[in-house]
Amino acid sequence: MGWKRRRKSKHKQCEERDIDKESGKIIALAGNPNVGKSTVFNALTGLNQHTGNWTGKTVDSAYGICDFHGENYIMVDLPGTYSLMAHSAEEEVARNFICFRHPDATIVVCDATCLERNLNLVLQTIELTKRVVVCVNLLDEAKKKQICVDLEKLSKELGVPVIGTTARSKKGLDDLLATVEALARDPEPNALKIKYIPPIEEAVSMVEPHLTEKLGKEWNCRWIAIRLLEGNTSMIEDLNRYIGYDVQQDHVLADILEEAKKYLNRCDITEDNIKDKIVACLVITAEGICANVVSYNKVNCHSKDRKIDKYLTNRWTGIPIMIALLALIFWITISGANYPSQILSEGLFWVQDRLTDFFMWMHAPEWLHGALVLGVYRVLAWVISVMLPPMAIFFPLFTLLEDFGYLPRVAFNLDHYFKKANTCGKQALTMCMGFGCNAAGVVGCRIIDSPRERMIAMLTNNFVPCNGRFPTMISIISMFFVGNIATGFTGSLLSTLMLTGVIILGVILTFAMSKLLSKTVLKGVPSSFTLELPPYRRPQIGKVIVRSLLDRTIFVLGRAAVVAAPAGLIIWILANITAGDATLLAHCASFLDPFGKLFGLDGTILFAFILGFPANEIVIPIMIMTYMSTGTLTEISDLTVLRELLVANNWTWITALCVIVFSLVHWPCSTTCLSIRKETKSWKWTAVGFLLPTVTGFGLCFIIATFARMFGWLA
Amino acid sequence: MEKQNIPLNELKVGQCGTVSQLLSDTSMRRRLQDMGLIEGTKVECVQKSPSGDPIAFLIRGAVIALRSEDSSSVLMSLS
Repeated sequence: MGWKRRRKSKHKQCEERDIDKESGKIIALAGNPNVGKSTVFNALTGLNQHTGNWTGKTVDSAYGICDFHGENYIMVDLPGTYSLMAHSAEEEVARNFICFRHPDATIVVCDATCLERNLNLVLQTIELTKRVVVCVNLLDEAKKKQICVDLEKLSKELGVPVIGTTARSKKGLDDLLATVEALARDPEPNALKIKYIPPIEEAVSMVEPHLTEKLGKEWNCRWIAIRLLEGNTSMIEDLNRYIGYDVQQDHVLADILEEAKKYLNRCDITEDNIKDKIVACLVITAEGICANVVSYNKVNCHSKDRKIDKYLTNRWTGIPIMIALLALIFWITISGANYPSQILSEGLFWVQDRLTDFFMWMHAPEWLHGALVLGVYRVLAWVISVMLPPMAIFFPLFTLLEDFGYLPRVAFNLDHYFKKANTCGKQALTMCMGFGCNAAGVVGCRIIDSPRERMIAMLTNNFVPCNGRFPTMISIISMFFVGNIATGFTGSLLSTLMLTGVIILGVILTFAMSKLLSKTVLKGVPSSFTLELPPYRRPQIGKVIVRSLLDRTIFVLGRAAVVAAPAGLIIWILANITAGDATLLAHCASFLDPFGKLFGLDGTILFAFILGFPANEIVIPIMIMTYMSTGTLTEISDLTVLRELLVANNWTWITALCVIVFSLVHWPCSTTCLSIRKETKSWKWTAVGFLLPTVTGFGLCFIIATFARMFGWLA
Repeated sequence: MEKQNIPLNELKVGQCGTVSQLLSDTSMRRRLQDMGLIEGTKVECVQKSPSGDPIAFLIRGAVIALRSEDSSSVLMSLS
């Protein structure tokens, strides 16, 4: 292979100045959502941006570098869009990049199984820039469905190069790069010129010369003229922002536009229907091209997808299957994580003993051993042994569902309920992302079009527990609610049911809070929505496992470890500096104690959650450290011992229940808060996002504790 | 016999029709058009969600789910 890949920043927001820092040819990647655009991007750049089989996965533009024949190419992954008419934030980003940044080439990735719809975007892109390479992806799936695309003919019809690829198995990518190389070097190809109906063409010819005179040849004046004729307001703003051309100040242009619009009016084309006519021209052109280049050898090529859909989205089986699948994933996670968790913890604590030996042999001072081994190392060991196994099982399983194309079906199944909460089904997708990481879920909310619904989805994302909180819940459930904690089928089944129950509580709370928000501060009616249900794809099991392990598990674990290590140190210091008759930690805990007791918790638990603000993963380790600093226990080998420690500190099943509920519903972690701030650009909304779950969590725990007191279960 | 002007959401699963008119004049209209749904486009109703709303339609080779209040503003002629 003649090309090398170089890794660049991960999930980087594509800032203009970042790209400016790189030298090389700029290549933009555009395409409809869910056509494998990110797969093409990853294959070309090696940047491990996560791709899933659902609409709107790329919420941020990422860029990566690709070396081909010694030339540097900066690949910019634009958000997936259906059009460049700038109806949504994504479309605007994509359009403005192609229009105002002048990439040396734009690759439009298309889905071979659904070429006609994809061609709409191709045509709009060709209209905008002639330097286009069409990449017809998913050829393997088309082949399976016996859909045949005549690439050569398509290239002739469009007047731009067309390359067929199967990006998942990296087929055709060399050709793609060679074509891009040739295109970036050569003069503009003789691309198809989209012809509109005569009156529109006439009006364009009235406006275009003035624009060419004003802006010069480097801008696509025909295209700008069409946008001005259709009264595209965002275009007017962008012209001012990017090329400093204030349309409203140009009185000559205003007169010409007036004239052109009058002419159009005489031909029965008004401001109301001009957009329709323009879109119709594009769609009909696409239809015509498709009729010439695509042939279907099978009458009903999507029958398999429909059959699966019949079960997964059926009136009777749709939702039960969904809950069962969720429960199954949890069950596999819980029952599978137990054993490795134990081995890991034994291994890591064996290492701790060796470390202690080493410090003794070195004659290191006691405080150094305490701070590094009992503080930093022990918390790290805990975080790893508690978190790694569930994550290493949960993520690949979840990614399999994602790859298969199930998640849009979840949105489809649940939309009705979201609509009742005055929001939209796409929120289900962001909630699914929240299972991985709430911060990612908050950023993922960009796939929701309506700003009001997007805000609600962001503020309520935290009601879905992220993987940082799963291990906490799982271990407490196994300790306090499942009799025989170590192993056993019934044990893990019970834990699964409880955990599923907790998740469902989280989902119900999400609905309730969304409803509350839309009835109060974010009033409004549910907006319209379109959701694509992509074809099911056979997940690439091997790749999924590797990718989710490397991509998510290590990433999340690494982040947790980065937080856990200093936290371990701080806690050890707090636990070992005495003021008066007790340690600082004990002071803090006992100060918070009455407050915590009110909510069925105690001071230590509350303090652990507060210290766990940077990462929820460390809540349990902090609790253990605090309890141990006052107790006599020195080593936690497994959950049984941990349970004894907790019971010795007055934990009952009510405490456990409150901790689980509080773990589900409390303030978002610092990363999530920052993400909310970044996305909403408002501290006020960030505060709402912080307070909403916090108040709810305290409220729920208070209710539980009060009831428990009424029944005499809690002192 | 050709029936005129049935709202899209009243199509039964498996039933096909041709768009005769788009009534909505909001952003929804633009979005439907971006999906290739214009007058004369063939649409098939493929699947209803558990609660009967939204409904998934086959539009130019892609399956798109629409809510009833949106799809009711698309008039279809059945053949």
